Amino acid sequence: MSVRQTPGGHLLVARSHELLSDEQLAFLHERARFIRLETLRLISIAKVGHYTSVFSCAEIFAALYYDVMRLRKGEPAWTDRDRFLMGKGHAAVGLFPILADLGFFDPAWLESYTRLGSPLGDHPDMTKVPGVDFSSGSIGHALSNGVGMLLGARFQQRDFNAFVLLGDGEMQEGQVWEAALSAASHNLSNLIAIVDRNGYQLDGKVDDVMAIEPLDEKWRAFGWEVHTVDGHDLEALTTLLRAVKADRARTKPCCIIARTVKGKGIDYMETEPGWHLGYLGAEDEAKARETIMNTVISQ
Amino acid sequence: MTQLLSKDSWQYREINRRAPSLPTLSNALIALADAGHPVMAGTADLQYSNGLSDFAQRYPERFVQFGISEQNMVSAAAGMATTGVIPYVATFASFLALLCCEQIRMDVAYCKQPVRLIGHHTGISLGFYGTSHHATEDIAIMRSIANLAVVSTADGPALDAALRATVDYPLPIYFRIHRGHDPVVYENGVAFELGRAIVHGIGKDITIIAAGYPVHGAKRAMEELNAAGHSVGLIDMHSIKPLDEDAILEASARSKVILTVEEHNILGGLGGAVAEVLAEKGRGARLVRHGIRDEYSLIAPPTHLYRHYRLDGDGIRAVALESIA
Repeated sequence: MSVRQTPGGHLLVARSHELLSDEQLAFLHERARFIRLETLRLISIAKVGHYTSVFSCAEIFAALYYDVMRLRKGEPAWTDRDRFLMGKGHAAVGLFPILADLGFFDPAWLESYTRLGSPLGDHPDMTKVPGVDFSSGSIGHALSNGVGMLLGARFQQRDFNAFVLLGDGEMQEGQVWEAALSAASHNLSNLIAIVDRNGYQLDGKVDDVMAIEPLDEKWRAFGWEVHTVDGHDLEALTTLLRAVKADRARTKPCCIIARTVKGKGIDYMETEPGWHLGYLGAEDEAKARETIMNTVISQ
Repeated sequence: MTQLLSKDSWQYREINRRAPSLPTLSNALIALADAGHPVMAGTADLQYSNGLSDFAQRYPERFVQFGISEQNMVSAAAGMATTGVIPYVATFASFLALLCCEQIRMDVAYCKQPVRLIGHHTGISLGFYGTSHHATEDIAIMRSIANLAVVSTADGPALDAALRATVDYPLPIYFRIHRGHDPVVYENGVAFELGRAIVHGIGKDITIIAAGYPVHGAKRAMEELNAAGHSVGLIDMHSIKPLDEDAILEASARSKVILTVEEHNILGGLGGAVAEVLAEKGRGARLVRHGIRDEYSLIAPPTHLYRHYRLDGDGIRAVALESIA
């Protein structure tokens, strides 16, 4: 895992300090569990929500916010912070507890999730929620927003990274590929896209709805460096993200295809695509909570 | 090779440089950058059409070429703005308003990013290039988007004043500008204030309310009609949003007829905006909306189209006379 051959020819080597200690790994596992539990809790307020969309990227959230990204607790507007954008904005219910936990807003706000006038809705809103780096909801814009942030940063000689989480269904939006072209054309090497390749979208299997493979070859053909990783293997994922972030030899933007399972952690959600949107009543939520508490997801 | 070409031959990069008001956009942005404002500019493969090539040459580090990907450009501009720069992104008005409408609403306006959207070659100014290149719906679209100001200046000097006056405006603005061949109305320059119209006069018979390119013809029509003994006024309503309601109400109190003139569909544009004010305030002045009458324009050289649709001085004068007949 520590050495990767990139298509560009150079080796991406995870140096020793990029490898995770047991303590770090245990911490990230605990954070991923926190994200899943909080998602259950918040959706119980709304009585409808995207559990499975969060469960497929809970490890990605944990790795980025609790390890990889350059952030300052309590300073959501810090100019030099790394940016996070989510094309799959419908997973924001998993993001909000993290932002509250990092001191970006009062955790009491979480209790108002989706209620009248709340800053916290199904999709993230930068004008209302400190720590949301850009609003989303209309799929396909986020990579362009990230491109723009880095063009602005380049002119101002700032060196922050932009991490853009994209859904795999989102690959069907034309604007994503406009943004991919422009990122490569402008050599935005500090742009890191992460595709949550959970294989499902609202109407069914992604490759039945509109085939997107071979995805790695597509990104490569658009001028990106591409890596594939198990998106639930926190050790592999975090090490890769650390190495990609630290790789200053790269001149291209980088795409990480994270192989994930939609609904990861709750067995019936993993096998039933209808859970894209749903609600667990009190009894099933309690069981799901117990399952999450007693599971260590490692791949 | 060049010397082998006859004197009748030309190429668009050179001919565009000679258009009188075309360099305004670029020159104003260069001046703003010179003055230390954090302006950047971007275009979608149209730097020689909108003149941003000059800005790109002067400030390459502030210029972004997006290629033919307008939606990406608009969303990226919103991202740029979050970092503290003021992005000016330009493309044909038809593509900006219609193709990028959703990106403008979601990423720019809803997110309150101070992006400057420059829609050029407005209305029917692209003549025989056809309906795909005509923008006669853009005002209606843009003015229905919350947080977004809509500005349509009459000429180069007015555009220059507007760009400079609004550089620090905290919300996004749509600038609707012509193709660079527009005749000059304000030879000695003009002051610009967002939301405040330029009142050239209030007429007892008619007050014309115009915006953009037709202001020139409307001014000529006003002058000729006044010389012929009529009482005609003119309001240059460069700010379509926020709209100068006071100017409209003053005109409606003193004029028998309000005549709106726009290079746009009469539905939803300047005429629609004025109608809303008059109706809501219960004012009785007769309103005549002049523009493109809910149809797709014919194709022709632009001057022929302006004559056909009576948007030049002669045409506006004739429409004004009919409205008081």
